[in-house]
Amino acid sequence: MEKQLLRLTVNNEYHELYIKPKKLLVEVLRDELGLTGTKRGCNTGACCACTVLLNGVTAKSCSVLAVQADGAEVTTVEGLADGGKLSPLQRSFLDHGAYQCGFCTSGMLMSATALLNENKNPKKEQIKEAIHGNICRCTGYNSIIRAIKAVVEGRYKEEK
Amino acid sequence: MKKYTVINTPVPNIDGIAKITGRAEYAFDIKLPNMLHGKILRSLYPHAKILNIDTKKAEGLTGVKAVVTGKDTLGVKQGIWRRFKELCDEEILARNKVRYIGEPVAAVAAVDEDTAEEALDLIEVEYEPLPGVFEPLEAIKEGAPQLHEHAERNINVTRHIEWGDVDEGFKGADHIREDWFRCSSQHHVCLETHNAVASFTPDGKLTVWTSTQSHYYIQVLLSWVLGLRENDVRVISRYTGGGFGSKFELDSAQFCSSLLSMKLFRPVKIVLTREEEFMATKRRTPMFYYLRSGVKKDGSFVAKEARVFTEGGAYTSMGATALYLTGFFQSFPYVWPSYRYDGYRVYTNTAPSSAMRGFGAPQATFTAETQIDLIANDLGIDPIAIRRKNAMYPGYEVPGQAKIQSCGLSQCLDKIEEWIKSRGKLAPNRGIGIAAYGFMSGGIFNWFDTPYAFSSASIKINIDGKVDLYVGSQDMGQGSNTTMAMICAEELGVRVEDIRIHMGDTDNCPVDLGAWGSRETLMQGNAVKMAAAEAKRQIIEFAAAKLSPNIVYDLDIKDRWVHLIGRPERGLSYFDVVKEAIRGKDGQPIIARGHYTPHRKGMISPAYSFGVQAVEADVDPDTGKITLKNCVTAHDCGQVINPLGVEGQLEGAMAMAAGYGFTEDLPMDEGKILNPNLVDYKVLRATEMPETKVMAVETYEPEGPFGAKEAGEGLTNPTAGALGNAVFHATGLSIKNLPITPEKVLEALREKNNKKRRARRA
Repeated sequence: MEKQLLRLTVNNEYHELYIKPKKLLVEVLRDELGLTGTKRGCNTGACCACTVLLNGVTAKSCSVLAVQADGAEVTTVEGLADGGKLSPLQRSFLDHGAYQCGFCTSGMLMSATALLNENKNPKKEQIKEAIHGNICRCTGYNSIIRAIKAVVEGRYKEEK
Repeated sequence: MKKYTVINTPVPNIDGIAKITGRAEYAFDIKLPNMLHGKILRSLYPHAKILNIDTKKAEGLTGVKAVVTGKDTLGVKQGIWRRFKELCDEEILARNKVRYIGEPVAAVAAVDEDTAEEALDLIEVEYEPLPGVFEPLEAIKEGAPQLHEHAERNINVTRHIEWGDVDEGFKGADHIREDWFRCSSQHHVCLETHNAVASFTPDGKLTVWTSTQSHYYIQVLLSWVLGLRENDVRVISRYTGGGFGSKFELDSAQFCSSLLSMKLFRPVKIVLTREEEFMATKRRTPMFYYLRSGVKKDGSFVAKEARVFTEGGAYTSMGATALYLTGFFQSFPYVWPSYRYDGYRVYTNTAPSSAMRGFGAPQATFTAETQIDLIANDLGIDPIAIRRKNAMYPGYEVPGQAKIQSCGLSQCLDKIEEWIKSRGKLAPNRGIGIAAYGFMSGGIFNWFDTPYAFSSASIKINIDGKVDLYVGSQDMGQGSNTTMAMICAEELGVRVEDIRIHMGDTDNCPVDLGAWGSRETLMQGNAVKMAAAEAKRQIIEFAAAKLSPNIVYDLDIKDRWVHLIGRPERGLSYFDVVKEAIRGKDGQPIIARGHYTPHRKGMISPAYSFGVQAVEADVDPDTGKITLKNCVTAHDCGQVINPLGVEGQLEGAMAMAAGYGFTEDLPMDEGKILNPNLVDYKVLRATEMPETKVMAVETYEPEGPFGAKEAGEGLTNPTAGALGNAVFHATGLSIKNLPITPEKVLEALREKNNKKRRARRA
């Protein structure tokens, strides 16, 4: 299969790569760009461990061909912190113990980030709905919901 | 001064920054120079002879570097019960016979995963299919197909536990109940599937990065099956993406990648797909449970008899332990004057069943607690009252088995009773069910046959006061590293941020049997505490010259302050003393060691956690759908070390155990799992979680570090039973067959209505 040119902006960095057209976005992020923060739990779009933002909207990177993302802007977990400044969600996840094994955490943070980008004041049910696709086998979700809620309530501001 | 400065403060897990920034490097993320990728060919038959394997075509495919089959192995039948030869029954690559769908028969290493996958299709395996047997009650029959030559009637292990005079007990009972239950299987569903990167080098050394709950077990088992010296195998596991009991046996990714790497002298990585994970990485033990219980009119327990047949699957794995523990915990957490248990683990042509969080106890708790509510209902006694009447208490001895030291069960019952009262009258079709439970804090048994201490730790204190803590325990998300750092900080008198923990590397960490059976807090915790106490003693010796106490024991360190206990304002900075001490030791850092092996503590465990859980749920009479509303747990884990950790463990266990209760199952057809994916296998989602509340009942466990005991695994025990009892109280239906699906609820409702109709007609 002939390789194709892929132009991708990931976490504000522009990349040009030649890839096989069958390559998934998650494979390009992890294997080609070394951004292993994005995980892969099922490869069938059922666990959402691979969630990234594609042009600002959540996407399961195991269910997107990389070439479909040509020209797109991608944000991964590595792009959430600004240098040493963690995002409010990241800080809140820390304080609330909203991670255990950590394998779903990246996807969870991306889903939550997308929610708060879209809706600054989601109700608890909307928070649950936003992470409904993300499987977490460790925490039972409630600490994650509390962490997101704390950000919604303004207890974690952007660090200046 | 406060009694504790670190213990019982909420501390977020210390690996948090790595995890929330995506920096944590799991074995899944490891990429080595010159690395190849491997895939495993698995049996499509539940039972078949392997007549021939032809790998030529596969080897000829461009990009394929090596193919291995059972012929390339030493043919070792391995198992984790190393002390008992007949229980070591599993070849990692089958040579002559396959016994379940998914059993590994060959492995390929190639330049990439796609090529390796393609090569699998080119391997020609000639099978002679054999008749299979899939249910334990069938497999145990005379004349059923036999899986292993050594196991007549497919009986793998039997267990008997007995105390008191059971037959005499039943004679004295006013009421006797008999029930049959079926406990289903469950899959661990670790988000990180099993994987390994193995690298064998020309000096004869093998390094394996893998996702495991016990680097020590994997080191020993790999060295055994590969014929290498134990310490020429290095196992590294810095982060583990979930374990839940599935990751302390040798798995196919570890073994096959090692075998391939030894052939090629190149690193080989194998990552199991989610489907392989479901098919071939063990699962919770399904059980058929017969219970007969005799009680007095007032609800006092007098005699109990339990018989269990477990669906063992094709190999022993850890199933023998589950068989014992389910029998022991069937009596929990009550005083049964007489008790008899007979368990049979039966081989079947299904994926081996083994350890999963709770380890036989969730099955015991579901069956026991369901039956207790039925008995209470028969006698017209309140569910709390019958449990209180028979509850274990501090100092109780389970005859011949265990001594209970700390036990807060009756306080837990009080708290739950209070909560239930606060709910008032419930809406129609809503019920509250409860279940009481207990669990061990690490096992005493040594079937692995280790000559090492069960847990060890060592400490090195550097010139700036930073403490390097080396532990053998494995943090797989449960937070044991944080717990150990807290125990170390408290005992040594420093802060959590003064501790740098080293974990998950057989080259650098002392031996610990790993994270399973709720071992870490008590066992590794005791080893850490001992090491920290020894380090503190060395520091205090140097401070004594300046502080002039009558005796060195008059000194202590708290929150970085070395001081006279009687006059805490008189003291020295920890940092200054450490500097002096190191100077005084010829410039050597302060080094200390600790260890723990339980002894003279009964047959099972040195300590037991207790608790009571209440589940409030709605049952829709039209659809049978169950909706969880509230889940409240009163838990006695001794002294709480990290309340944030306990809360996280509790909520997580509850989600997993509720799944066991009503959504998760592994239906099979002739040994083939029908739902090996995360769409059809239904774990709980965020939208299905009820409100959760944890009420800690603090006791002091004399055997535990600072009085602490188990707080993670036992919490998986009560939920299925409490949920079943909630359904019972909402609808009058007792479902004895897990999981309690809408179909089963509707079927039972229909039957109940038919019965009513028939009764009206008559």
